[in-house]
Amino acid sequence: MSQKVFVTGLGIISSIGKGVDETLRALKSKKSGIGQIHHLNTIHKGIPTGETKFSDNELKAMVGVSDIEGFSRTALLGMIAAKEAFDDAGLSKTKHTTGILSGTTNGGMDTTEAFYRDFLSNDSKNAYITSHDCGDSTERIAKYLNSTDYMTTISTACSSSANSIMLAARLIKNGIIDRAVAGGTDGLSKFTLNGFNTLLILDKEPCKPFDDNRKGLNLGEGAGYIVLESEDIVNSENKLVYCELKGYGNANDAFHQTASSPEGEGAVLAMRKALANSGLCPEDIDYINAHGTATANNDVSEGKAIETIFGWELPLVSSTKSYTGHTLGASGGIEAVISALSIKEQMLFPNLNFKNRIKELNFSPLTEIVEYNIRNIISNSFGFGGNNTSLIFSKC
Amino acid sequence: MSVFINGTGCISPQRSFDESFFEGHSENYTSDYLPCVLPVYKDYINPVMLRRMSKIMKMGVTSALIALKDAAVEVPDAIISGTAYGCIEDTEIFLNAILEYNETLLTPTAFIQSTHNTINSMIAIIKKCTGYNFTYVHRSFSFENAILDGMIQLENNEARNVLVGGYDELTTNQFNIYKRMHLWKYEIINSLDLLASTSPGTITGQGSSFFIASNEKSETTYCELKGLKTIFEPKEPDAMKSSLNEFLMKFNLTGADIDLCILGLNGDKESNRWYNYVTENYVPEQSLAAFKHLCGDYQTSSAFAFWLGANIIKRQIIPDVSCLKNKNIEGINNVLIYNHYNGTHHSFFLLSKC
Repeated sequence: MSQKVFVTGLGIISSIGKGVDETLRALKSKKSGIGQIHHLNTIHKGIPTGETKFSDNELKAMVGVSDIEGFSRTALLGMIAAKEAFDDAGLSKTKHTTGILSGTTNGGMDTTEAFYRDFLSNDSKNAYITSHDCGDSTERIAKYLNSTDYMTTISTACSSSANSIMLAARLIKNGIIDRAVAGGTDGLSKFTLNGFNTLLILDKEPCKPFDDNRKGLNLGEGAGYIVLESEDIVNSENKLVYCELKGYGNANDAFHQTASSPEGEGAVLAMRKALANSGLCPEDIDYINAHGTATANNDVSEGKAIETIFGWELPLVSSTKSYTGHTLGASGGIEAVISALSIKEQMLFPNLNFKNRIKELNFSPLTEIVEYNIRNIISNSFGFGGNNTSLIFSKC
Repeated sequence: MSVFINGTGCISPQRSFDESFFEGHSENYTSDYLPCVLPVYKDYINPVMLRRMSKIMKMGVTSALIALKDAAVEVPDAIISGTAYGCIEDTEIFLNAILEYNETLLTPTAFIQSTHNTINSMIAIIKKCTGYNFTYVHRSFSFENAILDGMIQLENNEARNVLVGGYDELTTNQFNIYKRMHLWKYEIINSLDLLASTSPGTITGQGSSFFIASNEKSETTYCELKGLKTIFEPKEPDAMKSSLNEFLMKFNLTGADIDLCILGLNGDKESNRWYNYVTENYVPEQSLAAFKHLCGDYQTSSAFAFWLGANIIKRQIIPDVSCLKNKNIEGINNVLIYNHYNGTHHSFFLLSKC
């Protein structure tokens, strides 16, 4: 139980790029991926989203699979990012027990909604029937990486992949697995685009997290995975590490199915648990990669929760969803990769599109890139159903 | 450290939410798939809340509340569940509306309730439980993953009472879609004749079972949960040899120490060869029971088997309708549950009298 858990590999694909290098370039040049929809077949093409720049066929070509095998966009994005993380950490089939832990909210919904009428009436799209459920993408990733020792899929709305990372650490510390590829994936779908649209929380412009005039979120898509390895492996194999996953906390707001409590009780509990679990004090935290969806409800609730914990001595805060959009089940994984890059580069990435401080809050987010001695970062992921999770990444 | 099962709540095609099933009353069906016997929901859930809930939300929340009451636990420290498809009825409602009205005229209720964590969230809201909350959605390992997490919570002293469960509902569309995949029997037979059937396919069902797992024994304790193991895509039944040996050895047991083996037999010859191998090679002399003719075959049906096993140990009775072979032994101390879905996802649970 005393084992530490280290981050040894990163993989990412989102609207700001494929792979860590492209992602880092976009972050450093303050280049957002939010824009017009090109690939999703929807009547709402005018709603700005963070769609990845590749068609389904281009994604299939990248992983080398054909049409007949029934791959959803969620699975394809996940395979690309998970493989990058796996290779980055130099993993190969060895004596170590490897877990593949993935969060998703959408599963294969992008193909289900395209072929649902075929599913009900003819045999032409049968290959996609079993791609619908959330576990499909995880099993395809595990098989792609030849690592089926332990697999699981988590769906706790927008905290799904933060929870998969937390679970990976717990399983490693309890000796159930030695290492893990953990994160999440979600492809854009009409289902989620229309779902959030009916809730009237989609901004018709690029989103403005923590701005007083924020009008809602932009949906995004993508996948982000990190490789977590036990202290034993890192020491015995002399592995390079990005950072340590020092703490994690999971709590429920127990308030409302979709809204956060006004004072962010669940968020406070998640951050407190993560701090307690890491043995750190609030003043040790240099930066918070906020959940920061840019909805009226989230940003004030999360902001209040941050103020409750940190008082007047606030760490720097930004929401990188202004770059990627809200990638739902992938967001915790994508933001874990960005947090690890912040520690490696000793550089914080800003909250784009911010102008005016939220009236109810006493702080403004970071709006410029800063180079900084970054020791500890909290990454927040909060979801529908009050599922809140905070992770703490620390410099080694 | 030991993990005890101190409460159970089950809604299934049997009348499993009260004493009826173990008093000898069983249900049988001659239909496409098995429906559930439902309790009077307003006895458990506020009618205002109830009105908006889908079928699986009612079943999930109510079975969780029954388990909590059974164990006399007011608020659990953690809520962990597993479901393969989540709230599939609401998912279909929203999906059909998108397709029918070409992405116009939509209302958000079904979308909100379609997320897989809806039931865990409702339980948290009703019980004002701000603790650890986790929903696993990994096919036929969903309930197994939830149980493993609950055991870790207790072993690490992160929680004292964990509410853990597994549930799935079935819709007509889903039944029809998977019929296309040849999962179900073509002919309609009586559910009690399932195990004797020689045709391919099975009968599907649905249900929700929740449990209170605790690190302390109580007056309501059913059994001790010794452990579980999952095996993904073993090549041949022969591969189960090392898996089962390894699993039982962890508890210093062999097949001979098992008093009852509960099997996921589902009336499909190809599927049954796995169970036959294990019974012939490991538990040839032991009592055997089955459960899929009672609850149907679905991806979290192992939660129903868990409910059956925990109750059999507590009551020391193997209900006739579930019993395949009764060796009439003195006591039922060790119960092994062996289930697989589709030959790909296999799991063992070991429950013991305490």
